[in-house]
Amino acid sequence: MKFGVVVFPGTWSDRDCGQVIEQVLGAEVRFLWHKDRDLQGCDCVILPGGFSYGDHLRCGALARFSPVMESVVTFAEHGGLVWGICNGFQVLCETGLLPGALIRNDVCEFRCEPVHLFVERADLIYTANLDRGAVLEVPISHGEGNYFADAATLSQIEQNGQVVFRYCQPDGLVVPAANPNGSLHNIAGIVNEAGNVLGMMPHPERCAEAELGGEDGLKLFNSVLDSMREVLVAS
Amino acid sequence: MVNYLATVVVTLKQVVNDPQGLTVRSGLRQLGFEEVDEVRVGKHIEVRLSAENEKAARARVSEMCRKLLANHVIEDVRFQVEQQDAQVGASR
Repeated sequence: MKFGVVVFPGTWSDRDCGQVIEQVLGAEVRFLWHKDRDLQGCDCVILPGGFSYGDHLRCGALARFSPVMESVVTFAEHGGLVWGICNGFQVLCETGLLPGALIRNDVCEFRCEPVHLFVERADLIYTANLDRGAVLEVPISHGEGNYFADAATLSQIEQNGQVVFRYCQPDGLVVPAANPNGSLHNIAGIVNEAGNVLGMMPHPERCAEAELGGEDGLKLFNSVLDSMREVLVAS
Repeated sequence: MVNYLATVVVTLKQVVNDPQGLTVRSGLRQLGFEEVDEVRVGKHIEVRLSAENEKAARARVSEMCRKLLANHVIEDVRFQVEQQDAQVGASR
């Protein structure tokens, strides 16, 4: 099982992801430079957090024209696992691999704090080790994480069950007070219809070791690893 | 080829909440501009380009807006194209 972590100019969570994959998970990691097109046989490509291209024009708008993204789009269209975290989620929306957009937080503040996530989908490769209704504590760190989609798209996303994580209270109640950024329907993470492309604003790589304050994020990495092991063994 | 200046204005769609605009509105009101009903904050982008004629320039700028300058999920875009006098520009 090999993870790829894409590095754009301005990406800052690439080494955090690499640390979790290599040191905590014990899996193989390759850093994929934005100018390269070769995904080096990776089974799961992570678009990490940061400020790709300085967030110029719009968050994620310029990253999608990187050579590596052409390969990532093709990989995703053929069912490859593509996991966008924070800025990576913004890139996936700009690329059109996920619906909607992420706009400025309604509070006009950069929010860097732990939040709670209600797990809506436990049938995905990313969430296979979780139960539906589980509550995870994962940090956010963003100024533009306010999920927006027009009414028709939003209703489609809900009907298709594409919402994976919603901001909630520690007891799992999804209420406006638990929403840190104004996201519609408290959306913190969504998948594409096929379920292979996940975008989420919270940072699971920042809570994957007890020393760093929590291990809930590791559950997602472990889910991918365990699911892919089964797939690889079966094939 | 003729030189043109395209002035592109990108704003959030009316259905998209504009927290920057709301904050600026509240600032203006605190400064005594109580008559302010609404403020929308957007982007102003200047693109200098050369084209055969104005129609061709407009077509190119329109494509730029569609492909990069605006995100049509959340933003509206409008632009003007003006011919630039190359000699006046050079003498400044």
